Amino acid sequence: MTKTAARRPVEAIAVRPVPAPPPGGGLGRRRLADQAHAYAFLLGGLLCFALFSWYPAIRAVVIAFQKYTPGSPPEWVGTANFTRVLHDPEFTAAWRNTLTFTLLALLIGFAVPFVMALVLNELRHAKAFFRVVVYLPVMIPPVVSALLWKWFYDPGAGLANEALRFLHLPTSNWSNGADTALVSLVIVATWANMGGTVLIYLAALQGIPGELYEAAELDGANILQRIRHVTIPQTRFIVLMLMLLQIIATMQVFTEPFVITGGGPENATVTVLYLIYKYAFLYNDFGGACALSVMLLVLLGAFSAVYLRLTRSAEEDS
Amino acid sequence: MSTRTLVSPLTLSRPRGKAAYWTVFTGVVLLFALAFLFPVYWMVTGAMKSPDEAARTPPSLVPQKWHLSGYTDAWDLMQLPAHLWNTVVQATGAWLLQLVFCTAAAYALSRLKPVFGKLVLGGILATLMVPAQALVVPKYLTVADLPLIHTSLLNDPLGIWLPAVANAFNLYLLKRFFDQIPRDVLEAAEIDGAGRLRTLWSIVLPMSRPVLGVVSIFALVAVWQDFLWPLMVFSDTDKQPISVALVQLSQNIQLTVLIAAMVIASIPMVAMFLVFQRHIIAGISAGSTKG
Repeated sequence: MTKTAARRPVEAIAVRPVPAPPPGGGLGRRRLADQAHAYAFLLGGLLCFALFSWYPAIRAVVIAFQKYTPGSPPEWVGTANFTRVLHDPEFTAAWRNTLTFTLLALLIGFAVPFVMALVLNELRHAKAFFRVVVYLPVMIPPVVSALLWKWFYDPGAGLANEALRFLHLPTSNWSNGADTALVSLVIVATWANMGGTVLIYLAALQGIPGELYEAAELDGANILQRIRHVTIPQTRFIVLMLMLLQIIATMQVFTEPFVITGGGPENATVTVLYLIYKYAFLYNDFGGACALSVMLLVLLGAFSAVYLRLTRSAEEDS
Repeated sequence: MSTRTLVSPLTLSRPRGKAAYWTVFTGVVLLFALAFLFPVYWMVTGAMKSPDEAARTPPSLVPQKWHLSGYTDAWDLMQLPAHLWNTVVQATGAWLLQLVFCTAAAYALSRLKPVFGKLVLGGILATLMVPAQALVVPKYLTVADLPLIHTSLLNDPLGIWLPAVANAFNLYLLKRFFDQIPRDVLEAAEIDGAGRLRTLWSIVLPMSRPVLGVVSIFALVAVWQDFLWPLMVFSDTDKQPISVALVQLSQNIQLTVLIAAMVIASIPMVAMFLVFQRHIIAGISAGSTKG
């Protein structure tokens, strides 16, 4: 078997005369054919990226300086869109809400999963069960979790106040109160998304070498000191990455305010993306919407750039 | 598996350690059941209560009488079959097109050495820096009136499918995987006379099953869970996916019927998760710690 297989190429060469390379230009033609093939494979993907990523990105910047209504020719208006948007009272509210939302999501949506992962990592039983259960809400469509919590927050039939009454605590207006609405939305977002964060932390915690804890313990460090001097430094990088990712994600929050509060009460939950949506589809003001988009783009692009730089350097290290 | 974690096995084996461990364990089980399983239970049973019972305070933990009419009403009144079908069509198409175009492009970038390949890859990776939702309005305008051919993809599944192909993350994942395939394997295929398509189909793709699985799950989940983009693309009520339809219909429908519809809308993704949970969880854990 092996003998014939090894001999076959030799036979082939012996039987078929090797064609002499055509004089000049042959290699070039070969290369051209290669390129044609390469681009044939690339074409579909490339077209989609050009149409739905690159072109809209350029267009956002262009339309931000135009008066744009679909169907009629655009008109250059300089920075008028930006000044109009900036003077909208909702603009301040939207940015303030978005930044507060992001900050709260960092505080709540960060500490809670970290502590959870820390505790779960110590458990010796039913680990698979915990991992599945904590990830379950992530798999429930965001619209459904939003509607579910809207129902929980309901002043009449809602469970949230029922739970407070059960614990003999004062009830709250939750998503219906101007001062509590934003926190209520952060709770929903945290509940719905924390599964992924917990799993990533768990994986990071499992990567910490046990000897470090052993050494710390021998040096007389108690549990809190071990967390402080071993766990936190060892997971610092993942924490930083997730923080950046979470900032980028939460600053684009839309579904929860749209479904649960509709931006209210008293603009307490209008976010930047919600305002972009309003400009485009309620006011039919695409110039204003794009001006807002560009602002969001610049801010989040900066965060993304830092994030990508960090992942790149981490990859080169490993 | 290394067992040493924050708390040493020695501490845990002492009576006090054991007691503390089981207290914490029970606490966590209760907390998880309350926080993550109870809401699901509440939804599934809430839909089976009578409308009166659902609105009552204090609410009842178990329905007094079990009704299935919430589910059947939701199925009929809210035209769930049609909306579910729309979602299936949108998700499947986006997944298929993504697999075809992204693998082809990733294969080209990884193996076929196109001129300007580096530039193209750079341009694709640059889109990772652009937060998707911030571009949703200019993307809408592009889809509403495609440049050069001036057609509108609004109210057309293509409006979901084609933009889904422009997924830099999945494409990069595939390219990285293709990069790792040993050169010898591909050269052997070439010597045997396999063309580029044949090599991709018979050698590269079978070897890439794990990454194709991950990309498939990401692609399906992304379309199924998306809300803002389909809300913009489909103004025609009959063509809306279930996520958009639920919100549009939630205003004037009975609570129990709405809850039943919410449960039905969650079933496909939750079922998929329960079937593939090992792979999904392993994917999340592995993909993140490396980066």
